[in-house]
Amino acid sequence: MLTRRIIPCLDVTGGRVVKGVQFLELRDAGDPVEIAELYDQQGADELTFLDITASSDGRDTMVDVVRKTAERVFMPLTVGGGIRTVEDIRRMLNAGADKVSINTAAVHNPDFVREAAERFGSQCTVVAIDARQVPGEQRWEVYTHGGRKPTGIDAVEWAKRMESYGAGEILLTSMDRDGTKDGYDLPLTRAIVDAVSVPVIASGGVGTLEHLYDGFAVAGASACLAASIFHFRQHTVHEAKEYLRQRGVAVRL
Amino acid sequence: MIAIIDYGMGNLRSVQKGFEKVGFDAVVTADPKVVLEAEKVVLPGVGAFRDCMRNLEQGGFVEPILKVIREGRPFLGICVGMQLLLTDSVEFGLYQGLNVIPGHVLRFPDGMEENGEKLKVPHMGWNQLAIRRRAPIFNGIEDGTNVYFVHSYYEMPDDETAVAATATYGVEFCAAIWKDNVMATQFHPEKSQEVGLRMLKNFGEFKA
Repeated sequence: MLTRRIIPCLDVTGGRVVKGVQFLELRDAGDPVEIAELYDQQGADELTFLDITASSDGRDTMVDVVRKTAERVFMPLTVGGGIRTVEDIRRMLNAGADKVSINTAAVHNPDFVREAAERFGSQCTVVAIDARQVPGEQRWEVYTHGGRKPTGIDAVEWAKRMESYGAGEILLTSMDRDGTKDGYDLPLTRAIVDAVSVPVIASGGVGTLEHLYDGFAVAGASACLAASIFHFRQHTVHEAKEYLRQRGVAVRL
Repeated sequence: MIAIIDYGMGNLRSVQKGFEKVGFDAVVTADPKVVLEAEKVVLPGVGAFRDCMRNLEQGGFVEPILKVIREGRPFLGICVGMQLLLTDSVEFGLYQGLNVIPGHVLRFPDGMEENGEKLKVPHMGWNQLAIRRRAPIFNGIEDGTNVYFVHSYYEMPDDETAVAATATYGVEFCAAIWKDNVMATQFHPEKSQEVGLRMLKNFGEFKA
């Protein structure tokens, strides 16, 4: 049986892992390569690096982080943040990434997703969707630029469209929940899981192990992304998976 | 020396670094002559079957690969590098492969379900190997061990004695091939942490 994945996410800027609340108030959480090795030892199923620096200097640093990580850990690596061109993707893949996650560039130019999938394959084309609930409605809107700019696009429709353009996976972040530790936005995640046939990664809001369980068991996510609960040593990945196994979720231990 | 064929498809660096990590020199090469001189050859591959096959042809790799295999040198195909060994694939049309292992590459059917949840395609993540035959790459590997897959197409060779392991995702499919000097994995050993590195080491140590 295919196991459900636990994916620690490392937000990286200036070559350091940081963590903020709703994309603000960044705290230093350490060296990305060392943290990647730690998660590797703990049995993480994949790793995601999110480059939260917008500048091109920052991207050179990110390529270097990916390169060093890929020399030391042998597990799937995804890189997101600032991926705007085919050349950006090529550089990350050549450095040792397996997948790239495309966010703002997909909204600006949806054909870029198609181009990426045709050139490099759907298996390495992840579309990241940052969504916020429309107040008072069971509807969610896509945001870009790290959650700052509303687009007017419906998140469920957008996920379906991105799948049709060749996205092989959806990384779904609730901007309402990100950094809050209140748990994933389960109705949002379930709505996207049911709308597309590609895997969906739940993200934004994990504060407890039970939240991971809910992401899988209630929302049907293929993978759960989490940052704070692992970075600040609240739990190890191994503990999280033991908990999930006890509650009947198929995980790799 | 192990030659890893670079035909413009996918992340080859992880395969190379994986071999280095377990003590074997591996070169990434786009030169068919280097392939012809190598002791062992690895054909990785991600992306579409059609594009992979076209790039192999344009790079002049088809004859060298067939020659290396005919001569009995150890050969390892990974992911689409395994699928290319078969007769044909239905990805984006019907495309011919190398036909080293007769059989067809098919798409996972729509509407597969498991425990009330629809199964997503690609099949992406860690799944268990059911080892049928102890291929040399499986030395020291436990039956039922988890390895990392990412694919939307699967295969089952016509001759089931070529199947070294299967995995199940809606359907039971061939997860590894072993026929004489030829081994291949649908999963990614270079992304399967310690257990995958052990397989790369086994391949490095394998004498055909």
